[in-house]
Amino acid sequence: MTSPGGFWMPVEGSTGAAAVDSVFSLVFWVAAFFFVLIVALMVAFVVRYRRRPGRLDAEASPSHNTPLELTWTLIPIAIVIVIFVWGFKVYLDANTPPANAYEISVTGQKWKWLFTYPNGHVDENLHVPVDTPVLLVMTSEDVIHGFYIPAFRLKRDVVPGRYSKVWFRAVKPGDYQIYCTQYCGTGHSDMWAKVVVHPPGGFERWLEQASNFLKTLPPAEAGQRLAVTRGCAQCHSVDGTAGTGPTWKGLFGSHVPLQGGRVMTADEDYIRNCILDPTKNVPLGFQPVMPTFKGRIRDDEITAIIAYIKSLK
Amino acid sequence: MTGSESGTAGFGTGGNALGRDNYLNHERGVRSWLLTRDHKRIGVMYLVAILSSFFLGGIFAELIRTKLWTPGNSPLMTANTYDQMFTLHGAIMIFLFVIPGIPASLGNFVLPLMLGAQDVAFPRLNLASFYFWIGGAALALISMVTGAVDTGWTFYTPYSTTTNSNVILMVAGVFVLGFSSIFTGLNFVVTIHKLRPAGMTWFRMPLFLWGIYGTAIIQILATPVLGITLLLLIAERALGIGIFDPALGGDPVLFQHFFWFYSHPAVYIMILPAMGVISELVSVFSRKHIFGYSFIALSSIAIAVLSFLVWGHHMFVAGQSTLSSMIFSFLTFMVAIPSAVKVFNWLATMYKGSIWLATPMLYVLSFLFLFGIGGLTGLFLGALAVDVHLHDTYFVVAHFHYVMFGGTVIAFLGGLHYWWPKMFGRMYSEFWGRIGALLVFVGFNTTFFTQFVMGSHGAPRRSYHYQMQFEPYHRLSTIGAYILGFGFLVIAAYLVHSLFRGRPAPANPWGGATLEWRTSSPPPHDNFAVTPEAGDPYDVEAWRWDGAIGGYVQREPAPQPASP
Amino acid sequence: MADTRTHAVAHHFDDAEQQREAGKLGMWIFLATEILLFGGLFCAYAVYRSNHPEVFIYAHRFLDPSLGALNTAVLICSSFTMALAVRAAQLGRRRQLVGLLGATIALAVCFLGVKGIEYERKWKEGLLWGARFHAKLAPAPPALPQTLPPVPPAEGEERSLIPPAATGPSGLARPGRAEVAEGAQGPPHDVQMFFAVYFMMTGLHGVHVIVGIVLLGWMMVRARRGEFGPEYATPVDLAGLYWHLVDLIWIFLFPLLYLIR
Repeated sequence: MTSPGGFWMPVEGSTGAAAVDSVFSLVFWVAAFFFVLIVALMVAFVVRYRRRPGRLDAEASPSHNTPLELTWTLIPIAIVIVIFVWGFKVYLDANTPPANAYEISVTGQKWKWLFTYPNGHVDENLHVPVDTPVLLVMTSEDVIHGFYIPAFRLKRDVVPGRYSKVWFRAVKPGDYQIYCTQYCGTGHSDMWAKVVVHPPGGFERWLEQASNFLKTLPPAEAGQRLAVTRGCAQCHSVDGTAGTGPTWKGLFGSHVPLQGGRVMTADEDYIRNCILDPTKNVPLGFQPVMPTFKGRIRDDEITAIIAYIKSLK
Repeated sequence: MTGSESGTAGFGTGGNALGRDNYLNHERGVRSWLLTRDHKRIGVMYLVAILSSFFLGGIFAELIRTKLWTPGNSPLMTANTYDQMFTLHGAIMIFLFVIPGIPASLGNFVLPLMLGAQDVAFPRLNLASFYFWIGGAALALISMVTGAVDTGWTFYTPYSTTTNSNVILMVAGVFVLGFSSIFTGLNFVVTIHKLRPAGMTWFRMPLFLWGIYGTAIIQILATPVLGITLLLLIAERALGIGIFDPALGGDPVLFQHFFWFYSHPAVYIMILPAMGVISELVSVFSRKHIFGYSFIALSSIAIAVLSFLVWGHHMFVAGQSTLSSMIFSFLTFMVAIPSAVKVFNWLATMYKGSIWLATPMLYVLSFLFLFGIGGLTGLFLGALAVDVHLHDTYFVVAHFHYVMFGGTVIAFLGGLHYWWPKMFGRMYSEFWGRIGALLVFVGFNTTFFTQFVMGSHGAPRRSYHYQMQFEPYHRLSTIGAYILGFGFLVIAAYLVHSLFRGRPAPANPWGGATLEWRTSSPPPHDNFAVTPEAGDPYDVEAWRWDGAIGGYVQREPAPQPASP
Repeated sequence: MADTRTHAVAHHFDDAEQQREAGKLGMWIFLATEILLFGGLFCAYAVYRSNHPEVFIYAHRFLDPSLGALNTAVLICSSFTMALAVRAAQLGRRRQLVGLLGATIALAVCFLGVKGIEYERKWKEGLLWGARFHAKLAPAPPALPQTLPPVPPAEGEERSLIPPAATGPSGLARPGRAEVAEGAQGPPHDVQMFFAVYFMMTGLHGVHVIVGIVLLGWMMVRARRGEFGPEYATPVDLAGLYWHLVDLIWIFLFPLLYLIR
């Protein structure tokens, strides 16, 4: 993890961060000036005019002064308009992605982020090339999440049923934190991920290697990755507790009682059928709610998942 | 008109009515309290009720802060319990304490007295409002026992429509509380319109009443929208109408628009009466006429109007259009102006005064300091680009608490100490009063200033787990919370003590020029033996200190109007 | 101010005039809150109608405008009898007042009866809100495409030429809704949204009608006891204001729901 940054703000990891920080400093100094002014006047008045023997009554002074009051109405108006304009300008830039941005799609779900790269690879962390505009197209599978990278000063709610877009250009290779900022339930505070900013050339190498994990990893490990990135783990636990679907622990080779009274042995064919045609053989005690993966999953991926289920004794 | 005879407490005796007929002993028995239509008794019942809620919400806050001592799992509570805790802390503090807070307790007690009236316009409706509050609170408590809500006090869809907790009951409770709020607001508007005494024009009304009036307008206009929002949420959960469900063509973000259309004005429901209290206190304890009366009064109305036009600043990162974000950002900056005007006017009131650092004035100074920080940090959140970074982090939590606690609760405490002698006829210990004010000030800053720093570094709010880098901030904040809690225990102790052992209070212990100080402490059942004549509410210099009675007397007795 | 009647001026008012004015102001403010309560629903209506105009145009045909028009007429008549009742109360004509209040209540019950017939039809046909909607709309809507067509690769060089495998979220969102809605043959999607709005609006209005019946019934009891007269008719007056508002809201609901063009 990179250094924590200054007293107020974290490290500036993107081109947008510097612009936001300049607005922050402007507002900070305006606020500090007025705060010191208010408190200094308050303290000075209390010391000078405090009630004491010989000063039981107030001195005569006017009860209003319209020009003065107009002054301290109009000057703040002028100041806030400056802040408003600058803040809006930076916001506008942050919301206008360049035309050639590299597009990665982001899915929020309880409680993790999934990043899908243009070649179809799905990863739990966001890997990006340095100095390249990256456009994130984000949506949610369940409730509203908030996608937040403090180092990039970037945040956007991720809403089910619509796509939100943000973009950034990272300036320095390194790891940066991703949070969920829109409260989404028990695991909300665990919805962490990392942005890995790769040096020039590094991103392409990483993507190539990561996309081939079916070939480079042992099948069971590759299956475990798939179970997470393909959303299997949302309904199928691996610790023996029944979720929306039956647990995978000890599943392979067991006798599964089905709806309609049949019993089947959970072998390779059974699992394959369940993935491709889930409503055909529904286990007893579960609803036929699993979506079909026909056309959405490749044969070698199914093989890897079966290998993973086999490993869960 | 029973009781009026003994209520004619002359100022020669100090105007204390404890041994005589007053509203506290006019009728006896629990029944006479529960069925009372006397605004003073309803105000006191509200006071007890909201302070109980404050205590409960405070317990939750201390538990949350204790958990946050460690970044990881805590034996104290699971993540799910933590979610329920912060939801209940928020919901109880907002809906049961801060929104009714000043208007329903202090406002109910003081408003008719300030008008020289015998009661609010609709005393029965006033009592009904209290029982709606009790009903709403009961529903909220039942929901707590039967499956406490874990949605956050904002009930955002679709989380709130899919979670397993008892959302319907909690939301129904808030719906019922809305009636309570509407009835109070309606009553106050009619009372101010129709029961002002002869001689009290709009611009000779005490500024506390302007604050209450602005609040009442917001309560009337905004609460029904919350009502329909909550009904839709209940219908969504119970019947699945699909208005907020994207799977059925609904829009979950529409809920946020509806919710904040109420809840942003609602923060001004919370702060406007507080500003009214400060306006009273700063004049009385500077022994000087308020500076710039009409600017303060009109700024209350400006805030009330503008508060309806800024709800979108809660959705800068929710995906609303750039154009609407721009408009909402601009209007948000505009709503800052009236608040700034008030602060400058209060400072100008202190200028050349004779500043009496009694406990209520310490709360005024505390308010100026804390509300100053709260208001100025609002500028960060109004600036679009910066808000994107700070939104939903601890920075917002800190800002909100600086405004709501540093503003409203501090002003409430100031008002409570100011009107306490009038309400119960006893003075509290000035020494302990100052200690309490100091503890609250120190504890509060320790708790929440650290959260600004944490937030600007990106710590997301509502988090059970947090990164190690935030541990020192969280620990400091927790220590502050304990100091704050201790401060409240001190305050509670000496206030309760004063009820039994306090020095009997004179009619006008602070030298206020508003009408409530012209009747005995505590007031008689019918408020005034002789209807007082309304004058300049800030002519505090017409009152001088009388050491013999330990209070203020008029320099030249005002000509008493002939008895009708 | 020696008022010896049962409804003396409450102790905190100067005179009957002040009390009456306070009551009226209070009622007007209350009516404002009612309008804002419905205002939320009107906003929801506006949002969804502008988001899905085709749904509203399609679905409103399932409502029966003649029943709606009948109910409008019924409510306008009831407003008329209510206005006459207020006048009777102010003139102290007790029997006339009781009769007119009775007529108003009867018309209100009639309104609810017609509404009940309409609800029952919708229930039978499954034209219900959100999750409960199960009507068979003819002709059947074309099946949802299971996946989006692959996005054609853009011109940027960085973009991979392999089409994305993950085709958007498979959760609550239903991509492709807009494309289907374009096709004019079948019924549009999310027809249930219209009925959600319809049932919320008319349901909330119906609750107000029921409250009105209770209120007018109470007025009738008090009128029989002879509580009202030229000096004291405020409660009837206020109940009348409430009833007119309930009618007025229906006057808006009728064209918005039944007569969409």
